[in-house]
Amino acid sequence: MATLEVAGLEKSFGGVRAVQGISFSVRPGEMLALIGPNGAGKSTCFNMLNGQLRPDAGSVRLLGREITGMAPRTIWRLGVGRTFQITATFGSMTVLENVQMALLSHHRRLGGLWRPVARMDAAPARALLERLGMAEQAARPCGILAYGDLKRVELAIALANQPKLLLMDEPTAGMAPQERVSLMALTAQIARESGIAVLFTEHDMDVVFGHADRILVLDRGRLIAEGAPAAVRADPKVREVYLGSGAVTGAH
Amino acid sequence: MENLVLQALSGLASASSLFLVASGLTVIFGVSRVVNFAHGSLYMLGAYLAYSLVTTLPRGHLGFWGGVIGAAVLVGLIGLVVEVLLLRRIYRAPELFQLLATFGVVLIVQDLAQMIWGPQDLLGPRAPGLRGSIEIVGMRFPLYELFLIGVGPVVLGLLVLLFHRTRWGTLVRAATQDREMVGALGVNQRMLFTSVFFLGSLLAGLGGALQLPRESVNLHMDLAIITEAFVVVVVGGLGSLTGAALAALLIGELHAFGILIVPKITLVLVFLVMALVLVVRPHGLLGKPEAAARGGQGSAEPVIGPAPPALRWLGLATLAVAVVLPPFLGDYAVSVLTELAIAVLFAASLHLIMGPGGMASFGNAAYFGIGAYGAALAAQWLGAPMLAGLALAPLAAGVFGLLFGYFCVRLSGVYAAMLTLAFAQIAWSVAFQWVEVTGGDNGILGVWPSAWAAPKLVYYYLALALCLGATLFLRRVVHAPFGYALRAQRDSALRAEAIGIDAFRIRWLGFGLAAAAAGVAGGLFAYGKGSVFPTYMGIPRSVDALLMVLLGGVQTLSGPIVGALAFTGLQEQLVRITDLWRLILGCIIVLLVLFFPQGLAGAARARWEARHGDA
Ligand SMILES: Nc1ncnc2c1ncn2[C@@H]1O[C@H](COP(=O)(O)OP(=O)(O)OP(=O)(O)O)[C@@H](O)[C@H]1O
Ligand SMILES: [Mg+2]
Repeated sequence: MATLEVAGLEKSFGGVRAVQGISFSVRPGEMLALIGPNGAGKSTCFNMLNGQLRPDAGSVRLLGREITGMAPRTIWRLGVGRTFQITATFGSMTVLENVQMALLSHHRRLGGLWRPVARMDAAPARALLERLGMAEQAARPCGILAYGDLKRVELAIALANQPKLLLMDEPTAGMAPQERVSLMALTAQIARESGIAVLFTEHDMDVVFGHADRILVLDRGRLIAEGAPAAVRADPKVREVYLGSGAVTGAH
Repeated sequence: MENLVLQALSGLASASSLFLVASGLTVIFGVSRVVNFAHGSLYMLGAYLAYSLVTTLPRGHLGFWGGVIGAAVLVGLIGLVVEVLLLRRIYRAPELFQLLATFGVVLIVQDLAQMIWGPQDLLGPRAPGLRGSIEIVGMRFPLYELFLIGVGPVVLGLLVLLFHRTRWGTLVRAATQDREMVGALGVNQRMLFTSVFFLGSLLAGLGGALQLPRESVNLHMDLAIITEAFVVVVVGGLGSLTGAALAALLIGELHAFGILIVPKITLVLVFLVMALVLVVRPHGLLGKPEAAARGGQGSAEPVIGPAPPALRWLGLATLAVAVVLPPFLGDYAVSVLTELAIAVLFAASLHLIMGPGGMASFGNAAYFGIGAYGAALAAQWLGAPMLAGLALAPLAAGVFGLLFGYFCVRLSGVYAAMLTLAFAQIAWSVAFQWVEVTGGDNGILGVWPSAWAAPKLVYYYLALALCLGATLFLRRVVHAPFGYALRAQRDSALRAEAIGIDAFRIRWLGFGLAAAAAGVAGGLFAYGKGSVFPTYMGIPRSVDALLMVLLGGVQTLSGPIVGALAFTGLQEQLVRITDLWRLILGCIIVLLVLFFPQGLAGAARARWEARHGDA
């Protein structure tokens, strides 16, 4: 069964039709890239998938279960982790504490009034950070972290509840090219090992064509192409959308 | 029937006066986002200055109207000076610090006014040409009231013209909608802010000056008008001029007819209406949601860790003094220490909401008072022993905290703060007006501790143990998952929600917990004093708590403790040595805001970190 099935999703803001009836699905362990120029509707689409926005029409199914219109926190509990285009972490907490929060919430231990957080779920949080190459930063406050590092923290947070689906909105923005490739390689590896379906957006075409199993191309709210990287790269409609930027032809 | 018409007309006159003051407040807030507590002081100064000018200038039209206009302009200039000397330096500071600074100004103006004009009420002359009354539907109605009814719409009209027909006005409107944009347009922001302050203050001064023929001028005008003006501005929607006009109309008429229809609850009616409006419309009648109130990139609050050894030693030393010293002190000093212990817990409870919770409460005294009344009522009507009363206090306060908090924590920023104030005022007026049960203004007397705790010293140790225990418990909570969850929703509501945290629930429970802690403090206070009064829930006591927390520093765990000790100690000493304690306290507050914007404990920590290197 597909992890995520999206059918006829639509959203308008006033007169702007940000997303106009798109359908697709993601399988376990698959890396699916959602690309498109600025303002194509990628983030809007993500926001509907994790419940932050209520779609005007369409349905979202997670492992066959209808989740349209549920609150983000409910959807998260069903196994959807997410990173944001503009990172959102807890600035007054250390990197480790940020991950601990996700773990504590996952284990429903946030009501505790007595035992200090310092001693709760620290080991698994550390292990997650280790995995993402952030162990050395564990004690630093998120408020003073470099942007690229924040993206990694977000990934660690998103992985904390052992998600079935990972939504990553521009996961490598603000990173050096080398870093981008290694982070996405790591993500792909984790996804395959744990059977996590990954949907990600990205402006860096090296990352997209290097790591996506499949690509969806969005333009002004519509899906204009879908398929394997090679096929999408050759698609004339896609070339037209990206005309002049050289992004598609330039890669590999 | 005729009576109703007259009542409606006098409601219009009040609405008109109220609008003058509220319009200035809302215009200032719209542009500068400063919640100007001192606006009421400007209003009061307007009245006093008008009194002085009108009584010194030659009598007649020129003397009177010249005096009124002159007073308004003078007040405008005073506002301008306050802006340039004080507010201009703290525009980037958090909202609450600005509030604290303007409250310092309130205190300063109170003492200055008393020094200049004396404590007695002053009665001004009546307006020349408008002394008489005319006949309306067969009844007499004062001409001056009729004149006032006209002033409101005229001022509204002039302001609308000013804002829509001049380049300056266009800029003000643009700044109200989007401050960043105006900065980006290369407009001289300083001039814009200063001129807006001048205009707003002038309106407040005019409002005060025009009261001269209506009522006596006195030293309580400032706080009386500022709460009303805040209500009008918040009900109308912060920054909305038309909203303020509508709300002034609503509140003015409510006053006029409230007295006829439900005289028992006149005091609370206004706040009931505000609570209702805010529950239904979280941004007032015509207000708009603020674009990212906390500013996404805003500086992150500091990490909290275990207390550094030096601080622990200091804490232990203070505790040792608190335990060892009292047997050597007299009864009076022991009572003062008891109050200090209670103040620490009271401040710590507010701190939980404000610091980790990231919400402002202007009504924390409500829960202090409900705790006190819970204990006192149980003693009075049920004959409950002290320990039962003390157990009931946090329970009662916690239950009401959950009830009121259910509505308050849905709102944000100034609106949330005003709703907490509204509920506190409702609680206060119930205590004040439900005389059969609460004794009204006379309070409940004879709330004495059980025999074993009757000696002052024993009661002190009891209060110390309970307050210390509760304060340390709150501290513990902040380090526990619940406290982290509170901070999580404050730091990033988006991320909190995205990892399964129900921000509303966490804020709500946090509010309830803080209320229960305030209830413990209130209960102890009741037995310590042997009586309870409505003033326990009054605005001044809520403001005290705010001052303590802000003085100590919102983002340090020791802040409320330091703040409570500093504030209570300072006030106690100042009251004893000088009549001008408000003036001195006000100056201290202003200086602290200017030079220690992180509060005392925050500044100490910054020092310490600078010397010992940051983690
Ligand atoms: N909350 C909102 N209110 C109004 N319009 C919005 C809102 N969010 C997005 N839009 C509009 O919807 C369209 C799609 O925006 P979206 O953020 O989804 O694009 P995107 O593909 O993520 O772009 P980018 O690559 O720049 O992140 C844009 O025209 C945007 O202006
Ligand atoms: Mg986007």
